[in-house]
Amino acid sequence: MARISLVRRSFLQALGLGGAAFALGIEHAEAGPPKAKPNGKVDPDASTLAAVWVHHPFIAIAANGAVTIASHRAEMGQGVRSTLPVLMADELGADMKQVSLRQADGDEAYGDQSTDGSTSVRSHYEDLRKIAATARMMLIAGVAKKWKVEPSTCVATHHAINHPPSKRSMSFGEASLLAATMPVPDVKTVELRPESELTSLFRDLPHLDAFDMSTGRAQYGADIRLPGMLVAVIARPPVVFGKVKSFDPAPALAIKGVRKVVEMPAPKPPCHFQPLGGVAVIAENTWSAMRGRRALEIKWDDGDNRTYDSIAYRETLLASVRAKGEVVRKLGDVDAALAAAKKKVEAEYVLPHLAHAPMEPPACLAHFKGDSCEVWAPTQEPQDARDEVAKALGLDKKKVTVHMTFLGGAFGRKAKPDFIVEAALLSKMAGAPVRVQWTREDDIRHGYYHSTCAHRFSAGMDATGKVTAWLHRCAFPSISSTFANGVTHAGAGELQQGTTDFPLAVPNFRMENGEAKAHVRIGWLRSVHNINYAFAAGSFIDELAVARAADPRDMLLEIVGPARVLSAADLGVAKASNYGAPLDKHPIDTARLRRVIERVTELADWTSARKSGRFLGLAAHRSFLSYVAVVMSVVMDGGKPRVDEAWIVADAGKVLNHDRARAQMEGAIIFGIGLAMHGAITMKNGAVEQGNFRDYRIARIGEVPSKLHIELVKSDRPPGGIGEPGLPPVAPALANAVFAATGKRIRELPLMKSL
Amino acid sequence: MITVTINGKPQDLDVDPEMPILWVLRDVLGLTGTKFGCGEALCGACTVHLDGDVIRSCVTPIRHADGKKLTTIEGLSEAGDHPLQKAWVELGVPQCGYCQSGQIMSAAALLVKKPKPTDQEIDQSLAGNLCRCGTYIRIRAAVKKAAGV
Ligand code: FES
Ligand code: FES
Repeated sequence: MARISLVRRSFLQALGLGGAAFALGIEHAEAGPPKAKPNGKVDPDASTLAAVWVHHPFIAIAANGAVTIASHRAEMGQGVRSTLPVLMADELGADMKQVSLRQADGDEAYGDQSTDGSTSVRSHYEDLRKIAATARMMLIAGVAKKWKVEPSTCVATHHAINHPPSKRSMSFGEASLLAATMPVPDVKTVELRPESELTSLFRDLPHLDAFDMSTGRAQYGADIRLPGMLVAVIARPPVVFGKVKSFDPAPALAIKGVRKVVEMPAPKPPCHFQPLGGVAVIAENTWSAMRGRRALEIKWDDGDNRTYDSIAYRETLLASVRAKGEVVRKLGDVDAALAAAKKKVEAEYVLPHLAHAPMEPPACLAHFKGDSCEVWAPTQEPQDARDEVAKALGLDKKKVTVHMTFLGGAFGRKAKPDFIVEAALLSKMAGAPVRVQWTREDDIRHGYYHSTCAHRFSAGMDATGKVTAWLHRCAFPSISSTFANGVTHAGAGELQQGTTDFPLAVPNFRMENGEAKAHVRIGWLRSVHNINYAFAAGSFIDELAVARAADPRDMLLEIVGPARVLSAADLGVAKASNYGAPLDKHPIDTARLRRVIERVTELADWTSARKSGRFLGLAAHRSFLSYVAVVMSVVMDGGKPRVDEAWIVADAGKVLNHDRARAQMEGAIIFGIGLAMHGAITMKNGAVEQGNFRDYRIARIGEVPSKLHIELVKSDRPPGGIGEPGLPPVAPALANAVFAATGKRIRELPLMKSL
Repeated sequence: MITVTINGKPQDLDVDPEMPILWVLRDVLGLTGTKFGCGEALCGACTVHLDGDVIRSCVTPIRHADGKKLTTIEGLSEAGDHPLQKAWVELGVPQCGYCQSGQIMSAAALLVKKPKPTDQEIDQSLAGNLCRCGTYIRIRAAVKKAAGV
């Protein structure tokens, strides 16, 4: 596509979208044969259409009316492609049958593409609507000028600009040629449609990729083919910052199909997104590469982290929370209140490391071409991936293109582009396109692990049983340790995930964070520290109920307290980071937390079900600006709990795509059952002990409830997160149900370790 | 030379007879609908049919398929309209989609043997197919929908 009339205005910058320079302009497609993508599909970018008006880079309208909308976020199972582009089409007035999706490359032109933190809808939906509304206004302006009518008398519906007074209508295709001659309206004049006009939102939307995903047609990281491409498998040091002492490539080279054996550069602390080093076997196919790696004989120098041992580290974390830590939140005088308490309840909770284990292990194809590099990757962060590749290859980042494939699950793992940099380096070394293929063992043993942790609570109650004091200490290796040396404590953004933002109606409280050094790469995993906090606090509140012989629901509601909006001062912190969102737009609102608790227990028939002998557990948590409560019902089956029914109520503000939001809640329940029952990564002599699904278990179909009830609270509040908030309350609700069934309080995950 | 009928087409393959079927499909034939998830028969992502039976292609050498018929997700139906595929789309089963070829291939073999499966039979047949996204509840519902139960 040759751009003949360049950027007229930096429109989106005016919208304040991440400060990136957004371009808006007119482009024409050159006539020519369609350019085939390496996978054999025709690239819609290179259609033979005579003229294309491009509301760059998100919306393109061709003269024949075909509308192409870019999906600029990573599609990893959350259904973003079936949601945000549909919103844009609706705002534009396009007919979805004439809209095709284009997966965007990593490019600042799209603003922020980091698909993380449950942000896709909550942080982008308004800006994307403004972009589509701008295109709509320009279409209307062009047509109105031609018809010599007031733009305000025209409407954009059904893929056309219509003028009801004269009953005239012009198709989007024709109108796009006129729109291309119109000035871009000032952002302040851009008007969104009233929400009542949006016909396809706030309801169930069709899953646009379901067909491709059900027929084997959807392309993931390992599915792209280039002529002459090779496949690499890497033997990485078993211990982080271990090094290759010596190796003999000969046995690997003797295997048919193996082309090359090369040593990878060793990383320097901090880990950041650097590849881990090791020895790569480059071969003609995956099988030969895997056999070659098996044949390698490598001697490792394990380095300082070889002392890391999960059993010993558990004691280190517990010692840390048994001593005073750094105060991160406080109100009143907790020491005095504890001293005056009539009853004290204390408990400690421990959670292990977890691995993301997306069903698709990391895989990436890179093609280094001397002065440029092209990459196809299942990445959550295409811009980071591009920058890291550029840095590793010593290229200008403009010379690196990162194409996003479908992600076969990610959960935070594919936000870390170490595997992408590996592919780029190896393509350079091999002088050919190279796909790096991680095996499941690689994925389990060389992850960015969810942080293991210890939490300790001491609560004091007065003579009436009211909780008057709450001392909470936590210790866990920080994610920051992956990005900086010498990190000993958690960052504010990590602590806000429960520790510093959980609403507490207790007059005296203090939260402390203890020292914990990291010895493996620590990374964020779906819901991050909220998993740990919600389990510990959710279990502890249940213990308080037992101590007072109260109904756990009443206890939870009492701790959350009356309906109110909490300021940073009420929380006992200097500043509430609130997932990067302003508190006035996304307040910490206990009315909403109370409502999901009340509703979920109502749906589960909490009181009478418990009376009739069912074993129910309850937990609730606010994370990523959404409020979720879960009730789990368990039956004991040969000494093991099985969830027979579960209820989840989520208040995520306005929900654009109900079907995908429900799917995320289903997924959260099941992901949560898996981690609560089985999930644990342990280290010995610095190396991960697990290697595949036989020893790192995730939930199987027989473990999921036959009845799952999901309710999304009807709300007109701004959208909150969807992908992550469902998960944190699952494990504590399950542990509390196990307590109800067995009288056994399990304070450490996974539950199966203690059953 | 190994001769296998793949999705109805006889093919002569000049490959290492020990190469797992998965890699022959993916790397030699470019049939990438069959996925790699574990390589150890632990996840089911690589499920295909060998003479109608479910196998894990990641651990089955291609020599086992000599003279036999292999069916992959690409060959389950020409237009992607197998009753299971239709039910999968209608109920929006896939999240990331990565496990779904394997899930559908396992379910398809089940329906041949048990056209009206119970929940328990579904759970048993799909016990070896993992889904990290957690689509199991819709998988059960879609199998039943396709079976008309
Ligand atoms: S890849 Fe074959 S069962 Fe997992
Ligand atoms: S849909 Fe993602 S693994 Fe099953």
